[in-house]
Amino acid sequence: MTARPKTAEKSSFLASIVRKQIFIPIAALLLLAIFNLIMDPSFFKITLGHNIEGNPVLSGNIISIIDYGSELAILAIGMTLVTAASRGQDISVGAAIAISGSVVLRILCGPNADAATLQAPIIVAFLASCIVAMAFGAFNGALVSIFRIQPMVATLILFTAGRSIAAWINHNKLPVVNDKTFAYFGGYIPGIPIPTPVFIAIACFIVIWIVLKFTTLGLYAQAVGINEKTSRLNGLNPAFIKFITYVILGLCVAVAAFIKVSRVSTINYSVVAKDIEMDAILAVALGGNSLSGGKFSISASILGAYVIQFLTTTLYKFNVQADALPAYKAVVVILLVILSAPIVREKLSAFFKSLRSPVKAESKS
Amino acid sequence: MKMKKVLAMAVSTLLCGTMLAGCGSSNESSNSGSSSNSETTTEKKTDAATTVADSGSEDNNGGGSSSGDLIKVGIINNDPNESGYRTANVNDLKATFTKENGFDASFAYSLKNEEQINAAQKFIQDEVDYLLLSAADTAGWDSVLKDAKDAGTRVILFDRTIDADESLYDASIVSDMAKEGEQAVKWLESQDLASYDIIHLQGVIGSAAQKGRSGALNDTAASKGWNIITQQTADWNAEKAQQIVQSVIDSGKKFNVIYAENDDMAKGAVAALDRANISHGVDKDVVVIGFDCNKWALEELQKGNWNYDGQCNPFQSTYILEVIDKLENGETLSQKTIIMDEKGFDAKTITAEDVENYGI
Repeated sequence: MTARPKTAEKSSFLASIVRKQIFIPIAALLLLAIFNLIMDPSFFKITLGHNIEGNPVLSGNIISIIDYGSELAILAIGMTLVTAASRGQDISVGAAIAISGSVVLRILCGPNADAATLQAPIIVAFLASCIVAMAFGAFNGALVSIFRIQPMVATLILFTAGRSIAAWINHNKLPVVNDKTFAYFGGYIPGIPIPTPVFIAIACFIVIWIVLKFTTLGLYAQAVGINEKTSRLNGLNPAFIKFITYVILGLCVAVAAFIKVSRVSTINYSVVAKDIEMDAILAVALGGNSLSGGKFSISASILGAYVIQFLTTTLYKFNVQADALPAYKAVVVILLVILSAPIVREKLSAFFKSLRSPVKAESKS
Repeated sequence: MKMKKVLAMAVSTLLCGTMLAGCGSSNESSNSGSSSNSETTTEKKTDAATTVADSGSEDNNGGGSSSGDLIKVGIINNDPNESGYRTANVNDLKATFTKENGFDASFAYSLKNEEQINAAQKFIQDEVDYLLLSAADTAGWDSVLKDAKDAGTRVILFDRTIDADESLYDASIVSDMAKEGEQAVKWLESQDLASYDIIHLQGVIGSAAQKGRSGALNDTAASKGWNIITQQTADWNAEKAQQIVQSVIDSGKKFNVIYAENDDMAKGAVAALDRANISHGVDKDVVVIGFDCNKWALEELQKGNWNYDGQCNPFQSTYILEVIDKLENGETLSQKTIIMDEKGFDAKTITAEDVENYGI
């Protein structure tokens, strides 16, 4: 009897991997990587070149993926927390990005939107946009936690109004930042060949890791998501915890918006970060997190975000016809989401078990 | 319990704070004269509505008092925040239809067709002489335009056409997107490049601008044997354009033309080129073509970083004035559909005045 659990553990190694939450995004990444390796190994080629200012830059598809995936990965952090605690999603992040990006440019360019030099230090602009984005996060959070409005309905307000608010902030003008240092944050810092957004994203991962490690936020968010009543009876304040997750998402939005506006040094209110909320939610889903709250894994969501970017880059690389692009994406997404469904994973792990156990039984006898 | 109360207080203060912040930003906007988003703002409505809209209405209000000589016009347009094009369009109309020029103008903005139709009905009840219309959607206008006809209101469409019988409106002033594309492609042809290897960045598939501008390039590429390396939609988005061009560069394909269907996408493409140290612009390796003539884009032309920018003319008011003059004098129009002149700017010949006059 004592030996039995041990062998079971061994035999179900594959099975247990399949059951792990992080399995789905990793498997998806591997699948995409293998697909690319077979189709064209040069996909993984990374070259060191120079940009127009003569600074060294690394380029290649892999670099593109970790570079352009940064914003989505950062948003996935906040979206996972919101999903876990409030059992719903914030669909206003795209609009909120437009707002906080607009704030950054408003402060950098001043009122006339066509300044040759910066009107304020970049850090001031960034901090101001953080405050604004967190205030809008707080607005959403208050609607959800205090007024108990469904998250999707509550955030629909900002989703509808956000891009117009963003345009208001800059008096409908499209400011362009001419300062080169501002472009560092979405491009390269001279001398460092890795794109800056990658570093920003990593910094965010470290911060959230520390927060979850040394505070009870993760546990509380999970508890509230699983059962609000019980957690209240246990002395938690569900409303506050929900509220705070929205504020954190607001902060993520500010960082993502900062990268986005820095990339092109300008903003277009109607198209910046368009539909990014759906990608962020998808990242959470691909990470195997339940969209109805409760247990969550942020690292799985982050990987999910990179899976989406990997897919996008792959489709661009193979030059899929423009009008067919969404269809291809949809097919892959459907496959991944079905794979990540608990029922399918349960079946898969059972399948692997049944594969291994006869072998084990034979070797034993 | 105490904790809870304190928290509730804190949250409600925050809420109030955000509300105040919201007020602040909207006040700013009304100073600039841009009207608020999707509310259908006929003058009287705004007056009754919020104080925010009130201060804004001074700008665009003819004053309600109709002195005999003024021509009453009701202008229905899309949301001024929609794009730089729309902002320029709205400002142009506002600058033209003023009391000084002999007009009593009322404005209504909405991206929604039903709201626009409601506004139109209201204008007809107010007995405006002219109804100027840039419809959000092509369908659903028949009955309201019939009402206008019965009421003796003249209807002039601008910027966008609708699916209604020609007899229901007096004139239609539009851009010809296909012509814009043809102009740009003709210019490209005249450059006589040794080979044409083109990255084609498309707008949102199915939009009028995309269809017109893509069509022209596709036709010529097919007939002249130009090589379209990549044809992909970047949804008017600079950053997507950057990714697409980046992926072409990463795959090592050679190209020497970027045909972007708006300025934003051209900008994104150029960012990718800069990153890979590929020279672009006048007498450089890659020819860059954009559309819409944003001011900053024309400045790029001036600097020689881009090669060509095609105009999509938002300044319809002079055409509208011409039509109104003719109708007021009892003349008949030779044709109902008027296609606007649209320019294309070459980096080699663009002047500072062009940037000033045509930049939006």
